[in-house]
Amino acid sequence: MSNDKVKADLAAYEAKVEKAIAKFPERANIPKQRIYTPLDIQNTDYADEIGFPGVYPFTRGVQPTMYRGRFWTMRMYAGFSTAEESNKRYRYLIESGATGLSCAFDLPTQIGYDSDDDISEGEVGKVGVAIDSLADMELLFDKIDLGKVSTSMTINAPASVLLAMYIAVGEKQGVSADQLKGTIQNDILKEYSARGTYIFPPRPSMRLITNIFAYCSKNVPKWNTISISGYHIREAGSTASQEIAFTIADGIAYCEAAIKAGLDVDAFAGRLSFFWNAHNNVLEEVAKFRASRRVWAKVMKERFKAKNPKSWMLRVHTQTAGSMLTAQQPNNNIVRVALQTAAAVMGGTQSLHTNSRDEALALPTEDSVMVALRTQQIVACESGLADVIDPLAGSYYVEALTNKIEAEAWDYIKKIDEIGGAVSAIEQGYIQKEIQDSAYQWQMDVESGAKTIVGVNKFQVEEKPVEGLLRVDASVGVKQKKHLAELRAKRDNAAVKEALIALEKACKDEEENLMPHILTAVKTYATLGEICGVMRSVFGEYVAHVNL
Amino acid sequence: MEKRIRVLVAKPGLDGHDRGAKVVARALRDAGFEVIYTGLRQTPEQIAEAALQEDVNVVAMSILSGAHAHIFPKVVNLLKGKGMDDVLVVGGGVIPESDIPALKAAGIAEVFTPGATTGTIIDFIKENVK
Amino acid sequence: MDIAQELLNGSKLALSRAITAIENEHDDAVDIMKKLYPHTGNAFVFGITGPPGAGKSTLTDKLAREYRLMGKTVGIIAIDPTSPFSGGAILGDRIRMNDLTLDEGVFIRSMGTRGSLGGLSRKTADAVKAMDAFGKDIIFIETVGVGQSEVDIVKAADTTMVVLVPGLGDDIQAIKAGILEIGDVFAINKADHEGADRLNVELNMMLDLGGMTKDWRPPIKQVVANQGQGVKELIITIEEHYAHLKTTGQLTTRRTERTKNEMLDILKNGIGTYITNHITASGQFDQYVKDVEDRRIDPYSVVNDLLKGMLK
Repeated sequence: MSNDKVKADLAAYEAKVEKAIAKFPERANIPKQRIYTPLDIQNTDYADEIGFPGVYPFTRGVQPTMYRGRFWTMRMYAGFSTAEESNKRYRYLIESGATGLSCAFDLPTQIGYDSDDDISEGEVGKVGVAIDSLADMELLFDKIDLGKVSTSMTINAPASVLLAMYIAVGEKQGVSADQLKGTIQNDILKEYSARGTYIFPPRPSMRLITNIFAYCSKNVPKWNTISISGYHIREAGSTASQEIAFTIADGIAYCEAAIKAGLDVDAFAGRLSFFWNAHNNVLEEVAKFRASRRVWAKVMKERFKAKNPKSWMLRVHTQTAGSMLTAQQPNNNIVRVALQTAAAVMGGTQSLHTNSRDEALALPTEDSVMVALRTQQIVACESGLADVIDPLAGSYYVEALTNKIEAEAWDYIKKIDEIGGAVSAIEQGYIQKEIQDSAYQWQMDVESGAKTIVGVNKFQVEEKPVEGLLRVDASVGVKQKKHLAELRAKRDNAAVKEALIALEKACKDEEENLMPHILTAVKTYATLGEICGVMRSVFGEYVAHVNL
Repeated sequence: MEKRIRVLVAKPGLDGHDRGAKVVARALRDAGFEVIYTGLRQTPEQIAEAALQEDVNVVAMSILSGAHAHIFPKVVNLLKGKGMDDVLVVGGGVIPESDIPALKAAGIAEVFTPGATTGTIIDFIKENVK
Repeated sequence: MDIAQELLNGSKLALSRAITAIENEHDDAVDIMKKLYPHTGNAFVFGITGPPGAGKSTLTDKLAREYRLMGKTVGIIAIDPTSPFSGGAILGDRIRMNDLTLDEGVFIRSMGTRGSLGGLSRKTADAVKAMDAFGKDIIFIETVGVGQSEVDIVKAADTTMVVLVPGLGDDIQAIKAGILEIGDVFAINKADHEGADRLNVELNMMLDLGGMTKDWRPPIKQVVANQGQGVKELIITIEEHYAHLKTTGQLTTRRTERTKNEMLDILKNGIGTYITNHITASGQFDQYVKDVEDRRIDPYSVVNDLLKGMLK
C-alpha cells in the first residue's frame, strides 16, 4: 500500500472516529494520537535505526541470541539485619533458583558510618545489611562460593571500600580477583540528583570512580565497575525520557572523567552497565529500553570514538518500580509487578529484580519475595514473551515511541552539554529541578484524578491493616555494636593506624590510585567508618542543592 | 496582623528518599504556608532547634527507612524540653499501620502513609494548627 | 510571658517569638520593641546580597563559622521570596547552615518577603534589633538578591557585601541593576570556575568608573565558599571596612541616617494607618470613590480636601 493511500484512508478513519467519539468524552491524560500507521515511521530506516540484535545500534538488544540463548539473570535484591541473617536469605534464594545475588546495605553503611556511630542510631540493619568491617563481609558470604556466584552490590559513595572487602573475602576463599564476577552500583552522580546517599563532593567522588575503573581493568576484569542508574531518578519522579537522558548524561560524565584520567575508552567502556526502572506503562517502557540502547551506542561510537563493539552496548539491569507499589490493596501489586516484568523482558533487560507486593508497607517477607521471583519465572517460561527476540519491533506505535523518546533524550543531553555536563548541571540544581517538577506534576495529576491509580484514587475499599509484615529486630544495632567493640579490641591496631595514615597521604596526592590503599586498610580490619572518615577529612562533605 | 502558618519540613534519619518531602513542601507553599526546608540527614536535635529558632507552628517529618519509632518521639520530647509544646508534629513515610497508635501516644498528631494526598495533609494542618 | 524581658534574660524561645510578633505585626510587637530598644546598637550588622545561585548561604555559613572561631556570637536573618500567587514561600537557606543549628552561639531565622517590600525592610530592621538586644555580636542579613528591594533592606546594614559568580551569564546585568552602588565589599565566589578572572576585570573597571569620588574603593575578594577558600581573607576585608566606618565617623553617619529613615518610616506607617482608619470608618470615603468613579470629581481634589480636613 502506498503512503498516499494510507494518508487518504487515515483521513477517512479520523473523520469517522471524530463523529463517533463526539458522543462520549474521550479519556483524559492519554496521548492525543489514537492510532499509528506506517506514516509514523516512514523516516525510520530499518537497517540504520532498528537492525538486528547484537548489531549496532542495538535497538533490538545487545546480544544476538537474547533469551533464545539463556534467560535474563533473575537477581533478587535482598539484605537486612546482620550479615548472618542476610547470609541465610542469600542461601535460600540460591536454592530457590535465583542466579545472582544482589546485596542491600543499611543506610549507615551506604553513607560510610559504623554501627556504633551516634548518627547510626535507629538505622542499623533497617533497609539492608550492616557491614562495619571485613569481618561482617566474611559472614555475609559464608559458604557461598564467590568463584561461582555473581554479586551485585547497591553501594555508591563507599563503593571502593565494599569492593575491596569483597576482593579480600575472595582471596580468603582462594578465589583470585580476576575470577570475581559482579557489579557495584558506584554511580555517585544520581545520588546527588535523586537518591541522596552521597558523602563527598562531586570532584573527589569522580576521582574515586575513575580509580576503581583503572584498578579493575587491570585486576578485576570481569567486574562491572559501575551501574549507571536511572532507576532512582525515575523513583524520584522523572519521566521515562528524563530517566534515560539524565542517566546517559551521567554516563557521558564518567567517560569524560576516565578519559581525562588517562584511560582508553575501550579499556573501561565494556564494563559499564546501566540500571533502568520498569514502570507501569508497558509500551512506553519497552520503547524506553530500545531508545536507550540506540542513544548510548551513538554516544560511544560517535562522541567517544570507541572501537570495540562491546563498548557501544548498553547492558542493563532492571528493577520494577517501587514507587508504583501501593499500600492500598497490596495484592494488586503482584499484577503491577507482572506487567512491569513483561515490559522489562520485552525491552530486553540483562537482569531483573522484581519487587514484592508488601514493599509499600515494609521490607518484604520471604513469602512475598517468592511470589516476586515466581513472577519472573512465569514470564520466562509460560508467557511466550521471551520466545522471540524484541517481539514489539515493527509495531508502528512502539517504533514511533522509541523515536520520540530518543529525540527527547537528545534534547536533554544537548541542554546538559550546554550547561557544561552532568556535574555542572547537578551543581546548578538543573537536573534536580527537572525531576522535582515532574514529580510534582505526577502528584497533582493523581490528586486531580487525571491519573488513575487503582485502589488509591479509584476503586478504593475499606481495608484492615496488613498483618505479618517483616520487622527488623531492634537488637541488631546492639549486636553490631558489640561485634565492633570486640573487633576493635582484638585486631592489630597499629597495623590499622599505619594503613589509615597511608590512605590519608594517598588521598592528598591526586595522582595516586586509592584502591590498593583501601584494600590494605580493609585487610587490617579497619572499619568502613574509619576508612570513610579519613576520606571525609581530606575531601570534605557534600551539601545538597535544593531548588524547589 | 498577617499571620502565616510556618512549617518545618525535615528528613530525619539517613535515607535519601526526599521525593515525598519535596512534593509536600511545594504543595504547602502553594497552599500559602511558609515552609522551612532543612533537607536530608537531620538529627532530632537539629530539627527541634531549627523549629525553635524558626518559631514554626508545625513540624512535618518524613522517614522511609524504618527509623520512625526511634526518631519521631524523640523530636516531640526535645520540642517539649524547649518550651515548644504548642507545635503540631506530623509524620509521613513507609510506616506500618500497627506502629501508628504508639506514635500518636508519643505526641505525633497524625501519620500520613503512602497514598495520602497533599490535600489531606494541608487540610489536617489547617484544622489542627494552634 | 513577658517576651522582651525573657529575651533580655537570654531565652531563645523569647527571641524567636519576638521575631514572629514583628513579622506578623502582632499587637505586642510595638511594646516589645519599646522595651528592647535601649539594649540595641551594639551589634555589627552585615548585609549579604547578590544574584540567586551566587552561593550567598554557603558563604554566610562559612563566614559565621569563622566569626564563631573568633569568639563572636552570630545572628543570621535569611530572606527568601514569597510566592506572589499563593503567599507561601519555601525558605531553604538553612539547608546550607545545618551544621550551625546546634551551635549555642548562633541563631538563624528565615523570613519570607511576604509581598510587602517596604514593610520587609522595617521588619528586617526590627528583627535585627531583637537579635542585637539578645546580645549577638554580629548579625548577618542575607537577602534574596533581586530587584530594588535589596537597596532598602541593606540600608539596615553597617557593611554590605555583594556576592557574584562567574558563569551565570547575567553578571554584568546584575551589576547594572543597581547592586554595584550598595557594595562596600565584593566577593567573587566559585573563583575556581571559568570566567572568574574576566568577571574580576569587568567588575574592577566598573568600580573604577563609579567609585572614584569615595574614600573607600570597594575591594574585590575571590573565594571558593564551599571549600572555605579565601574566607579568612574576606573577613579581614570586612573588618577593615567596619574599622574604616568607625575611624572616619561614617558609622555614626550611616546609623544616624538609618535612625532617621526608620523614624520616618514608622511615622509614615502610623499616619497611613491613622488616615485609612479615620477615612474608612465614617463611610464618607466610599461616597468619594463613587463620585470619582462617575467623573463628578477628580481624585486629586478629593485627596486635597480630605487632607485639609484632617490636618487642621
